[in-house]
Amino acid sequence: MNHMPEILLGAVTLGLLWAVMTIGVYITYRILNIADLTVEGSITMGAAIAASLISKGINPYLATLLALLGGMAAGLVTGLLHTKLRIPPLLSGILTMIALYSVNLRIMGRANISLLRVDTVYTVFMNLGLNRTSAVLVLGLICVISLICILYWFFGTEIGCAVRATGNNPQMARAQGINTKSMIILGLIISNGLVALSGALISQSQSFADVQMGIGSIVIGLASVIIGEVLFSRTSFYSILISLALGAITYRIIIALVLKMGMPANDLKLFTAITVAVALSLPMFRAYLSPVKRSIREDE
Amino acid sequence: MLIVNGLTKIFNIGTVNENIALRDVSFSLNEGDFVTLIGGNGSGKSTLLNCIAGVYPVESGSIIIDGVDVTKLNEHKRAAMLGRVFQDPMLGTASNMGIEENLALALRRGQRRTLRWGISNKERELYRKLLKKLDLGLEDRLGTKVGLLSGGQRQALTLVMATLKKPRLLLLDEHTSALDPKTAQMVLDISDQFIRESRITTLMVTHNMRDAIKYGNRLIMMHNGRIILDIRDEDKQKLTIEDLLKRFGKASGEEFNNDTALLS
Repeated sequence: MNHMPEILLGAVTLGLLWAVMTIGVYITYRILNIADLTVEGSITMGAAIAASLISKGINPYLATLLALLGGMAAGLVTGLLHTKLRIPPLLSGILTMIALYSVNLRIMGRANISLLRVDTVYTVFMNLGLNRTSAVLVLGLICVISLICILYWFFGTEIGCAVRATGNNPQMARAQGINTKSMIILGLIISNGLVALSGALISQSQSFADVQMGIGSIVIGLASVIIGEVLFSRTSFYSILISLALGAITYRIIIALVLKMGMPANDLKLFTAITVAVALSLPMFRAYLSPVKRSIREDE
Repeated sequence: MLIVNGLTKIFNIGTVNENIALRDVSFSLNEGDFVTLIGGNGSGKSTLLNCIAGVYPVESGSIIIDGVDVTKLNEHKRAAMLGRVFQDPMLGTASNMGIEENLALALRRGQRRTLRWGISNKERELYRKLLKKLDLGLEDRLGTKVGLLSGGQRQALTLVMATLKKPRLLLLDEHTSALDPKTAQMVLDISDQFIRESRITTLMVTHNMRDAIKYGNRLIMMHNGRIILDIRDEDKQKLTIEDLLKRFGKASGEEFNNDTALLS
């Protein structure tokens, strides 16, 4: 157990990068009320764009920004499939996800790209004297904190409120003059942009991008959202955003611990799926176990 | 101010379930008219309201509000001119958002939404003042999530939202039928008060004959997708339920068959 501090620090660091993705998933899953599978493709897309551009010598910050834009484009495609062609949201996401697999291979030119021995977004911080993990930790913190501030502001603006109303009650939103289709597209664009940004940051921290890396990422995102909601506060929007980041970190710590305890890495996806299934059914179990709620139900 | 001309709406067109909901419906409303729209189940009254609001596209005919042909306009674009309250109290408000957030959404109906903050302190004063008129204690709970309110409170709030920016036309779609009698009466009284105070042109669907007679200056009755009676002003003031049933029988050649309308 000597390596425990390092393992935990690594988990927290990785969790911060996944927190960016988790916040993106929250925007579609909770705010828009859509389970968007595009993320499986857009997280890889972010990694693919960043890795291929960086390996060609492009500034890593510019490459990461372009990765963000690429993810936004993926979200736009899903949004258009859903709103203009009236394909159900789940299927629209699946279509974009599958299409992105080919697109990502085209971007990368091969199945994986190594980023060893090239400058990444973390190099600037390492040049300041930080080791690799600390550099990722610092940049991850900067990203997550600024993201929380930006999104808190955005969802408080008139447009942000319109997006929230659209996800909550589209009929009411239309009656209040809100173009619900545009708001759904906007939400999907923001969400997938963040997911791709997360993919770009992750690939640079692990020094490679792989065309398969997105598989199962939606489940990891959902697991983090739900862990955040169950374990931490969800009263104000600020605390929800913070709890999402804490959820993503907690998920990584759990994974690090079960791997440390000897679970084969190949069983990880099964473990994650079971965790999400249990977490999603928690509200049901809780309703049965809570005496207060039960008495209310009997009154009805 | 509202002109509906030859409106026809057919559901499931070309299938065995084809259903003609509106047959060549034409009528017009004058500024300040408060019309009660009554009819049995399937008479087309709610369909008519939804067609005016832009929920359904129509097969033929036109809808003109204030000289603007809105027949082809999207629902959210028409919303700039319309205030709407639905039958289901859950539909008119966003349950996960606060009372003030819902009102702020309504205040911006018909305006371009920007990246300005979604609600200002000046607005909160206005909301407090308006909610006080409801006498439901909502003025002290501006931050409360709407999902925690009762059906009657939500419907009253929806009414405030629908009239917050004075609409050119207020559409009330059986907005009290899902409430218990006492609450329904309260919401109806508030509606009547709002409509008279601001002289809002209103189309109120109801299946309650007594309410249809009691409220408004004009009564329109629909049957099988057609308008069969249009009773106005003094004629309407003298109207009784027996009268209405008699005139319905004469106009439709059938007996009125809606139990709920008869009993209530």
